[in-house]
Amino acid sequence: MNLINSNILTIVIFLPLAGAILLLFFPRRHRDIRYFALAVSLVTLLASLHLPWYLVRGQSGFQFEENIPWIAHPNIHYHLGIDGISMWLVILTTFLMPMCVLISWNSIGDRVKEFFILMLVLETAMIGVFVALDLFLFYFFWEATLIPMALIIGMYGHGRKIYASVKFFLYTMIASVFMLAAVIWLYARTGTFDFVDIQSKIQSGQVAGFEHAAFWLFLGFFVAFAVKVPLFPLHTWLPDAHVEAPTAGSVLLAAVLLKMGTYGLLRFNLGLFPDQSRRNAPWIIALAIIGIIYGALVAMIQPNIKRLVAYTSVSHLGFVVLGIFSFTQIGMDGAVYQMLSHGISTGALFMLLGMIYERRHTYDIGEYGGIATPMPVYATFFAFIMLSSVGLPLLNGFIGEFMVLSGAFQAKQLYGILAATGVIWSACYLLWMYQRVFYGTITNPANTSLRDLDARERVSLWPLAIAALVMGVAPMLWLHSIDPAVAATLRQFSSVVQAHAAHAPGSLLHADFVRNGVQAVLQVIGR
Amino acid sequence: MIPAVDYIRILPELVLSIFGIIVMMVDPVLPEQGSKKRLGIVAMVGTLAALAATAYQTGFYGEGFYHMVRVDTFSVFFHVVVLMISLVVILASYDYLDVQSIRAGGEYYALILFGTVGMMLMSSAIELVLIFIALEISSISTYILAGMRRRAAESAEASLKYFLLGSFATAFFLYGVAMIYGATGTTNIYNIANVLHTQQSTLAYLAVGLMFVGLGFKVASAPFHVWTPDVYEGSPAPVVALMSTGPKAAAFAVLLRVLFATGAPGWFWMVWVSAALSMTLGNIGALVQQNVKRLLAYSSIAHAGYLLVAFAAGQQVGISAAMFYAASYAAMNVGAFAVVSHFASAGEKYVTLDDYAGLGRRSPLLAGILTIFLLSLIGIPVTGGFFAKFYVFSAALQSGLVWLTIIGVINSAIAAYYYLRIIIVMYMRDERSEAPVARIPVGLRIGLAISLIMTIYLGVLPGRVLEYAIQGAQDLLK
Repeated sequence: MNLINSNILTIVIFLPLAGAILLLFFPRRHRDIRYFALAVSLVTLLASLHLPWYLVRGQSGFQFEENIPWIAHPNIHYHLGIDGISMWLVILTTFLMPMCVLISWNSIGDRVKEFFILMLVLETAMIGVFVALDLFLFYFFWEATLIPMALIIGMYGHGRKIYASVKFFLYTMIASVFMLAAVIWLYARTGTFDFVDIQSKIQSGQVAGFEHAAFWLFLGFFVAFAVKVPLFPLHTWLPDAHVEAPTAGSVLLAAVLLKMGTYGLLRFNLGLFPDQSRRNAPWIIALAIIGIIYGALVAMIQPNIKRLVAYTSVSHLGFVVLGIFSFTQIGMDGAVYQMLSHGISTGALFMLLGMIYERRHTYDIGEYGGIATPMPVYATFFAFIMLSSVGLPLLNGFIGEFMVLSGAFQAKQLYGILAATGVIWSACYLLWMYQRVFYGTITNPANTSLRDLDARERVSLWPLAIAALVMGVAPMLWLHSIDPAVAATLRQFSSVVQAHAAHAPGSLLHADFVRNGVQAVLQVIGR
Repeated sequence: MIPAVDYIRILPELVLSIFGIIVMMVDPVLPEQGSKKRLGIVAMVGTLAALAATAYQTGFYGEGFYHMVRVDTFSVFFHVVVLMISLVVILASYDYLDVQSIRAGGEYYALILFGTVGMMLMSSAIELVLIFIALEISSISTYILAGMRRRAAESAEASLKYFLLGSFATAFFLYGVAMIYGATGTTNIYNIANVLHTQQSTLAYLAVGLMFVGLGFKVASAPFHVWTPDVYEGSPAPVVALMSTGPKAAAFAVLLRVLFATGAPGWFWMVWVSAALSMTLGNIGALVQQNVKRLLAYSSIAHAGYLLVAFAAGQQVGISAAMFYAASYAAMNVGAFAVVSHFASAGEKYVTLDDYAGLGRRSPLLAGILTIFLLSLIGIPVTGGFFAKFYVFSAALQSGLVWLTIIGVINSAIAAYYYLRIIIVMYMRDERSEAPVARIPVGLRIGLAISLIMTIYLGVLPGRVLEYAIQGAQDLLK
């Protein structure tokens, strides 16, 4: 068991890559390739389930760590490890992957081999991002997600796919150069790329010139992550990429790639620069709230369903950023929870959209109407997932939004009030869209004889629907391990805050009070 | 009396020269109109033997022939780089010559071998006159090789242009050597270092400037780069693979010796300006190219610029970064040109971006390989190009060259665009012309495998090579 524990992360990361390499030598028989890709993604999922099974909940710090020197000059280590936050993001990735293979079963008919190779390589890179604890290794995986995704959009997308692909690539690439600059600066001053080492060196004040550079370093990381999230003024690549990408590409983009941004903010911006995070929180929160409202308003008027769902991501990810920068236990718990539930709901929404696109080859809302009559099963699934995205209690979206909003209220009432309007907006645009697409009489003769979902499509949707329900009913299953990890991140803050507010006694008391409150709320939700 | 051990110190050069002569002697025996593939095998065995000889040399570090040559980790490093380049080039030429119906196989392979001898000698010579002779050996070989596509006018143009401008540049170098002799009374690199250590000399500034002009031409750095696009466009593609990497690596080796081992004065701003200009002009020039060979020509100018950034950084970090860059640039660029040489097919017809449209569908394997080389040229992780750039820019930062680093990073971002354009055209455009892609011949397969493995190896486990480069830098400065 020890042997497995100390290698499990490597296994989970490189299983898909090994599958991709094997796939290279496969003959071009599409059926075999699809089944093989499905098998690889399922095996990866099984392997990754080892993580929550054996994670020690109470233990702080990273678990399943692997730390091997990789390159001597510069001092780069192959350092992996997870905590409660990154573990669930890994599971989210491995969980969605088989669904993405299933959804691409028939929709990808050309260059099938290349497609599944790219998907598996992408999976390796995405998992790597979440488990890397060496800044260099992190950057390595971060960049490595870029190429497969850009190729998936550009090769298998539709419409203005080249434009979308290049825009996606350049946006992300240029933004991450700033992160690289910050990483190199940290390396030059500390002599290590190791996240944990750098963190402790910064905390103990051993980094020369850190005070002056801190803001710029914070910004370097922030820009790279904000583009990925995407935060309000940097979001323009997202609708294009989503609309033109093939279904599986959209699913992974929304469900996992965007989470890399919020995960980065939580892990690196907050982890390395707690002080700067506090100072810059007001304008970041302002951008997040603008994103929530702006994304919702823009979504409402979209004539294209996929573009509409893409803008909901801008809005929902705004909640995540708000939760992270509320610096409250419940807000940050909620942010992490919202990341997972957004992955499930929006991933499922994109899959549903892909299914209707396969039948009608359009995303235009005007082309539809009254779809519920020929496709009752589809309409039911769609309604269920949509409600989970809207935030209906007992479904996953509610928990995250509720916790984020309570965190926002604790931080500042105004934040909470403004952000809460986002919940109303999301109900508006999704329900209105649902009404226009599914209800009423069929106006377009092309829609009269649409085939309902077949077995493969149902199989790919059931797990997501079940996950949405379970996450809404029993959030403690997840929060049990998320909570300590968030608390560990927050602990550094309290040390910074203590230093700042040494003359304000009672702040600690207040923190305790808040924590107890959080526990109470969590228990109510949990039961 | 020259001790026998001295001959070991030029053993790889000797071995390769002998094989070159064998190639020339076997050539008349073969039927005149037949394929010259057998000569390719002889040449390949020659490079492998020379590699073995280089490995043997590592037991005999030291100077030989009255302080004319010096075998150290520095020279061995460049020997291996240059030999690997010519090995891959010979493998890529194996079928190329038949496809292009170039009948002068004997001259072709012999000249590649002799050129390689010159390049190797450039990295191990520590006597400026010998360096000059080695430079001439390698240059004259490449002048002729550039004109090997005898039926194509642009090939003749390339050859003549390269020859005229090249001779002009070599003259500058020779002037520089004369000046430094005037200033110090010696032409031995390490004696020059001793003299310059104790006395200041204005003549030395002039000498360094002149030598930099001569070598700047060989490495195609701005403002001495103007010949590059025309020559690369006209020359046979495998020859371009050779001359965009081999003579360049060797000339960089000489430049390292001239600038750093002698402790020469006054080079800093020269190198700084040349680096900034090369990166900027190369990348901006590449943005608008339609011909892939010309595009890669401009890209190679830009890469010379990145390399010069490491020069400007100087010291041990800069030198080792430059050496690492030379090696990884050689791996990826030779590979890229080898792929181009195959796509071009008879008469080098298919070399424009439009011809590459839909290549991902017509030949997934080759397109995939070219993609990896292009990603490496961009500097994406998991490829050698990434660590090469990483080391160069971190060396520059360590030496406080913030502005040069900023210029370099902006340039890398610009460069991403035009490399990406090739990838986009290959995968995301539908083919317009029906340019056929022949099966990949065995020779090219092996050649591509070597450069691919090297590119990935340097991107995943750069440690060993970098340590060797650091060792080389220490030896150079000793």
